[in-house]
Amino acid sequence: MTDGFHIVVCGSLVPDPIQTLEPVPGGDRPALKNEAMLPSVLDPWAGHALYEAAHLAAKTPGSKVWLVSLGPKAQLQQLMMRVAQKVPFELVALDGPASGFTDSFEVAVALAQAIEGIDGLDRSRLLLFGGCASASRDAGVTVQMVGERLGIHDQFLAVDELKVEDGGSIRVLERVEGGRYLASVCEGAPLVAAWATGSLPEPPNSPQVGMQNMRTIMPALAKAGPATLGGEGTTWLTAEVPQQRRETRVVKDSSADEIAQEIVTWIKG
Amino acid sequence: MHDNTVERQCLEVDIACVGFGPASGGFLTTLSRGLTEAQGEFESSAMPGLPPQVVCYERADDLGFGVSGVVTRATAIRETYPDLDSASIPMTAPVTSEKVVYLLDPIGASRRGLAVRFADAMLRGLRFVFRVRDEAFTLPFIPKFLHKDGGLVLGIGQFHQWVASQLMAEAQVQLWPGTPVAEPLIEDDAVVGVRLVDQGTDLKGEPDVGYLPGMDIKAALTVVADGPVGPIGRKLDEHFGLPEGHERRDWAVGMKLVVDLPEDCALEPGTVLHTMGYPEPEVFGFLYVNQPGLASLGIFVPSSLDSPVRASYRYLQHWMQHPYLWKHLKGGKLRSWGAKTLQESGRQGEPHLVGDGYARIGEGSGSTNILTNSGVDEAWATGAQLAEAVLELLKSKQPFTRDNLERTYVKRRRESTLDKESKVAAKARVGFRRGFVRGVIGTGLTGLTRGRLNAPGGLGTKHREIKTLAEHFKGRIPASEIERIEAEASASQRPLQDVYMDRVGWPAIPFDGELLVSHQDALLLGGKVQAPPGYADHVVFLDPAACAACETKPCIAICSGQALTLGGEDGVPLFDREKCIHCGACQWSCPAPRQPGHDAAAIALEAGAGGLHSAEN
Repeated sequence: MTDGFHIVVCGSLVPDPIQTLEPVPGGDRPALKNEAMLPSVLDPWAGHALYEAAHLAAKTPGSKVWLVSLGPKAQLQQLMMRVAQKVPFELVALDGPASGFTDSFEVAVALAQAIEGIDGLDRSRLLLFGGCASASRDAGVTVQMVGERLGIHDQFLAVDELKVEDGGSIRVLERVEGGRYLASVCEGAPLVAAWATGSLPEPPNSPQVGMQNMRTIMPALAKAGPATLGGEGTTWLTAEVPQQRRETRVVKDSSADEIAQEIVTWIKG
Repeated sequence: MHDNTVERQCLEVDIACVGFGPASGGFLTTLSRGLTEAQGEFESSAMPGLPPQVVCYERADDLGFGVSGVVTRATAIRETYPDLDSASIPMTAPVTSEKVVYLLDPIGASRRGLAVRFADAMLRGLRFVFRVRDEAFTLPFIPKFLHKDGGLVLGIGQFHQWVASQLMAEAQVQLWPGTPVAEPLIEDDAVVGVRLVDQGTDLKGEPDVGYLPGMDIKAALTVVADGPVGPIGRKLDEHFGLPEGHERRDWAVGMKLVVDLPEDCALEPGTVLHTMGYPEPEVFGFLYVNQPGLASLGIFVPSSLDSPVRASYRYLQHWMQHPYLWKHLKGGKLRSWGAKTLQESGRQGEPHLVGDGYARIGEGSGSTNILTNSGVDEAWATGAQLAEAVLELLKSKQPFTRDNLERTYVKRRRESTLDKESKVAAKARVGFRRGFVRGVIGTGLTGLTRGRLNAPGGLGTKHREIKTLAEHFKGRIPASEIERIEAEASASQRPLQDVYMDRVGWPAIPFDGELLVSHQDALLLGGKVQAPPGYADHVVFLDPAACAACETKPCIAICSGQALTLGGEDGVPLFDREKCIHCGACQWSCPAPRQPGHDAAAIALEAGAGGLHSAEN
């Protein structure tokens, strides 16, 4: 059995993926057009990690969840209004860019330092959660580097399930090629789990959870320090989004087979 | 409807505010500052030992997803923010120039009465005298009451985000987007809080995976700021009725775009254009330049347009292509799109402003000035007035009873410039119930005489008197052809309103994929409309038999997102929540009242999640 986990989730905001995102040249790196005006959401992969963390904490007495977020302070503030009603957590905020045009290594250094600075964190009970990818840039390497800097060697990538077994060991299912899972068992914490989608739906909004979270979120935002992400040694050559082609028709009452056939025909040209 | 037998969790707060818009912005900002200045003087009754717990629930997924391009004198907003720097808010610019323009019909498809046709002929005949250019006549002067001198052009979505960030920094109030409120909790004619919508339901509201009954939020004061078609305001009106002699029968749907202007466009930031006369005389238009190369533009389709084919989106596209506007817009690109309902009864539509445990502010409280065509600053002012009243009552430790709120909030409101101006404006629009020309003359009369003289008219049921298709198209489309068109459109799933507009001479829209895009592409490109699972459908048909029997079904034509369509087996329109932007036009367009002589429609916009996902509004 365990005395409970200290689960740290690394996750931040990304521009709402349904918006039209257009990279434009910035000063020393690209930026997104009208970035300040774009609504933000919690990175979907980080969201899965956060909901899994809260679910695990609720099942494991003595556990606690921290959300470590690096993003522009004003946008983090907005984001928290949308996230804080979901699950209980304590926020650790870092003020810095989150557009995706940052160096993963620098982000990892900043996150690791923030985690090391969490009061009362027991690193022997630490489960470090994050997304195996990001909606802003599909690299998915940051959480691994954070784990390395914290000296955590048990790392699992593209995790869909994490179960605590009777003896306290942890069984993890990782996605591997061919639509199969790799099942691993480790002795327990500390470990890194970079989540794929997990299996939990987005929790409903709970006003009580929101009010409870807000008591720690506002002070955390108030004392959020700047993250140093100078981008030294990194040169951005180009940034572009894939070309899209949109052909909209309103079609009703088509069967799934008919729709599938039409898509196949369209793909074949 | 909510199941009252289900056990619900309950949360106690001190003040629950419904809806985040200009009114609640004014309320929460003023209240928040007052609480900060009080330095712990006030204690929460709901959570002793803590400061007053103030929560604001907003239906939309984010606080910036409001829909409005606004030009405002910003008097009340500046009173709250004396050092307001417009440059710090995206899409905000000081007003630099204003024009009111009458647009002629360059196509010949619009429905113009004799007087309008005569005016058109005169303008065309004397085009050099009146300086008619690009099929448009610019009014040589703008009446003082319409001026926005010293005002601001705002993108309301960006303004909301900015206000929210100021509030968050103050940390005295909590703002919760994505949290629709289903109904007020009323006990013995006192409002004791609100009930949030059930989560984890199927489309009919039946419990499904992850069912979580909507929580009851008990509050000493419920602040109703849910706009012109909000379900809380509507349910209070249904419960308490409107004050004697008041009515809500003038409405409009405002549909707008945010557009990247073409590079060679010469319009300067702060430019304000208002138009009338085209695509139908009753349809008004606006174009505001928010920042270099970016403009908000759109039209208002009012309830006084007594047509069963109020096809807002199609009208918007024709309006943009008017030569006077197209010279500025050709080559532009759609950035954002949306629509909302405007309550245009103003003071005549004012509900009971307060009662035991509740107060109403903003557009839903009848604050819009229908003479000056402004509502944002007025809504803000009502919110600020209520906050001052709340602080006064907190200080004197008095409860939020009807009498106390009358003595503090309503008194402040009645003594304000806002109220005096709304009295002047009260009858500014009644003329429109008898046609465009009488409406314009009536508005002018009201404005120039400061409300002493108005067009004749009063209480009526104009918006319930939408003509039948046969009446509306009399002389243009034979009745037998109307039947054939309906049958063909129903079979082909083509929007009926488009068929009718084609038939009466409106040309096809030359889609360019950039600015002129199909209605559905506007939803995808400009609105990013979303409908999260786990919530009941929020548009409900309360009297399916009345809907089935309704011949005209104007709810379908005016539906801003094409979320309502023909084709239901029982004759009731089909509702597709994934296209609904919660504008509520279906509700006030409904010609089938649930009870004879009553305003409650057969279709209702209930609380629901999702809708537009763009803050560039």
